Amino acid sequence: MKRVGPLVFEKDLNAPSARVAAISLLALLLAFSAAALVFLAYGVNPAQAYRTIFIETMLSPSGFAEGVRRAIPLLLIGVGLVLAFRVQFWNIGAEGQLLLGAVAAAGVALFVPLGAPFKLLLMFAAGFVAGGLWAALPVLLKLLLGVNDVLTTLMLNYVAVYLVGWLIHGPWRGKSALGFAYSDKFPAAATLPLIPGTYVHWPTLLLALLAALGVWVVLARSGWGYLLRVVGDNPEAASYARLPVFATVLSVGLAAGGLAGFAGVGEVAGVHGRLLDAYQISLGYGYTAIIVAWLARGNPLLAVATALFMGLVFASGDVMKISLQMPFRVTDVFNGLILFFLISTERLLYYRVRWRPRRERD
Amino acid sequence: MTEAKHLLSLKNVTKRFPGVVAVDRMSLELPGGEVHALLGENGAGKTTLVNMLYGFYPPDEGEIIWRGEVRRLRSPQEAIRLGIGLVPQHPLLVRAHTVLENLALGMPSAFFFPTRGLERRIARLVERYGFRFDPNAYVWQLSEGEKQRVEIVRALLQGAKLLILDEPTSVLTPQEASELFKALEHMRNEGKTVVFISHKLEEVLAVADRISVLRKGRLVGTITAAQASKEQLARMMVGREVNFQRSKPPARTGRIVLELHNARAKNDRGLPALKGLSLELRQGEILGIAGVAGNGQRELVEIVTGARRLESGRATINGIPPHSPRRPRIGHVPEDRRRQGIVPNLSLAENLVLHDYYKPPFSRGPLLNYREIYTFAAAQIKRYHIEPPAPTAPARLLSGGNLQKLILARELYGRPALIVAVHPTYGLDVSATEMVHDLLIKSSREGAAVLLVSEDLDEVMALSDRIAVIFDGGIVGEAAAHKADRGRIAMWMAGVVS
Repeated sequence: MKRVGPLVFEKDLNAPSARVAAISLLALLLAFSAAALVFLAYGVNPAQAYRTIFIETMLSPSGFAEGVRRAIPLLLIGVGLVLAFRVQFWNIGAEGQLLLGAVAAAGVALFVPLGAPFKLLLMFAAGFVAGGLWAALPVLLKLLLGVNDVLTTLMLNYVAVYLVGWLIHGPWRGKSALGFAYSDKFPAAATLPLIPGTYVHWPTLLLALLAALGVWVVLARSGWGYLLRVVGDNPEAASYARLPVFATVLSVGLAAGGLAGFAGVGEVAGVHGRLLDAYQISLGYGYTAIIVAWLARGNPLLAVATALFMGLVFASGDVMKISLQMPFRVTDVFNGLILFFLISTERLLYYRVRWRPRRERD
Repeated sequence: MTEAKHLLSLKNVTKRFPGVVAVDRMSLELPGGEVHALLGENGAGKTTLVNMLYGFYPPDEGEIIWRGEVRRLRSPQEAIRLGIGLVPQHPLLVRAHTVLENLALGMPSAFFFPTRGLERRIARLVERYGFRFDPNAYVWQLSEGEKQRVEIVRALLQGAKLLILDEPTSVLTPQEASELFKALEHMRNEGKTVVFISHKLEEVLAVADRISVLRKGRLVGTITAAQASKEQLARMMVGREVNFQRSKPPARTGRIVLELHNARAKNDRGLPALKGLSLELRQGEILGIAGVAGNGQRELVEIVTGARRLESGRATINGIPPHSPRRPRIGHVPEDRRRQGIVPNLSLAENLVLHDYYKPPFSRGPLLNYREIYTFAAAQIKRYHIEPPAPTAPARLLSGGNLQKLILARELYGRPALIVAVHPTYGLDVSATEMVHDLLIKSSREGAAVLLVSEDLDEVMALSDRIAVIFDGGIVGEAAAHKADRGRIAMWMAGVVS
């Protein structure tokens, strides 16, 4: 028991969902309060700024659709990270896995002569495999040699960024690019349809929602999901019971990387229509999805809500740029602050806070 | 106050934990200039006693008297200030720092250049006691023995007059151990008092002036080493009285289930742990493995359950090697039930189907059938009297006894051919102990072969049909339980084979 002024903190490892929700909201509130200082530094009234952002994202159809568009890769990756974090695979490399998915999809789009539906199907399959293998590498290093997965996954992101850079400057540079560094435009058979009047590539959105639902069912109801929860919660007991720990963690790595690969396919086939610079393909979705998974507290269905929320934060970047004359990258400050406060309030989950003013000492 | 006769005395010290009395009205007197050994098995109360002396927690009753004054130690810092030093079993050093920096951590030193002047003092101590280590080496470069010497030097630098060593030889090679003993003697001759905790009889006899034997939280007696014999200590350690008698129908043994022949295996540190061990276990019987901890029990269990491979020799269960995926089902009640036996955040029901979740009726294709799982769990919970009787409660909420019932309910399901139970009643209360014993007897009488590994000789005597004593990686003696003589078993446990 600890006392801070009139508040008493009691340890309670059983965190009820109401407390989890309250603490998560507290973290968001703190993050937006801290971000208010950034607005002040730009000479913008924070209250006015938040009002503008709210109106132009939540209440304007086109603003909201932009939020949804950004939520698509966040949801796909976030659902994969929910799986990965469950088995203690600390995947910070979804950004790279996304890029590999984009590269594989671009390869199919540009060089495989196939008809309309099959071309897209093959692009998604190739993207899943490429993202999955990119994630399998650090998983194998961790399982076989005990190499820290946070470092390897993070560093492989940079390898992926330079791989994309080499392709668009070198072998895949478009004939029509006129000195710019990007590939040729994908043929029509390799681009995804949009919801009319928006930039939302709905097949990927559908895929992401199905992934969230599917992973939820798999975790709660399937034998593989059971195995995954056992391995994540107590690997020692799992190996005592002779459960296949190695195969389980590896398959989770493949699935998580594969879902990030899907996200990469969606971005190039649904948004850009070509392979271009890594920092244009992804706004840092692989990193932001960590917040999506963390906020969702390991629940893939909740990730739908948290992905939309973070998607709207990205959409607010457009608002800030156009209506408030601030740089788009202020969204990075938002992301950083949200993650910072989420992690720093984590310990509070395991304490019950009570109001108990100090009385006379007895 | 007159000059106190003793450096430290304990008067009727008692410490209770939920469900157990860890230390029960213990009185002890330690004069200056003595090496005093605390001898006892796991769970005898040695560690609890030390933790009270070092200020980790206060005794519930009784007094700790330091140099004639009653003291209430509230923290290790207070113990250090008085002059009590502890060398923990597992070194508590910062791996990324040098030895010198680690030693400076425990000292009241300057904020800048904290290691200045320390080097000379360390060199003096090192020279005096013959400790060898490089003060500028990083801790991660040191061997376990060197880390221990650093811990000793730290305690001495802090001015310890009473030095407590918790199982110091468990991490040492024989050569390192004899060097340690020499240093301890040297300290004793300088007037320091050393409390030496161990469960190894030989080394206690070799190094101690007096020996106090602890058993189940009580002090059995204190004798001078010169008058003690290994046999006498072994008897004191395991006790003479039979506390409980289990009624069991006579064993009707069948064919051989478990067979080990000349089995050799290494432990985690690569040292030989099993040195040509052979045993046979038949259907319908309970074979009790008695022995002092650390004589190869853990490696034996790991070989039998398939978690470790043999270096040479043979091990089979119904003719199949234990690590083979085709080997028959084993019911394994592991040593550390909380870490090895359960998945803490999964429900009781999910824990109960750990081995069978993929089989019908618990699974249909890739999906689990939770209705069947919960029905099964509810029946098992009722049958084994697991509290709380809630299939959805997470397993981490269970008490030790209920946890063990949960593990037994899971491990005995499906009638395993072989049951391996390691310290199955360690830390359990009387009623849970009785239930565990009854279940093991019942399973064996229904045809299972039961391998019982326990340090509690009472338990081994009461449950087993045959008793085998393990010492130094081999079976040194075997006897039918009804004919077994306690004294002789105690001698075997001490490694005395006549």
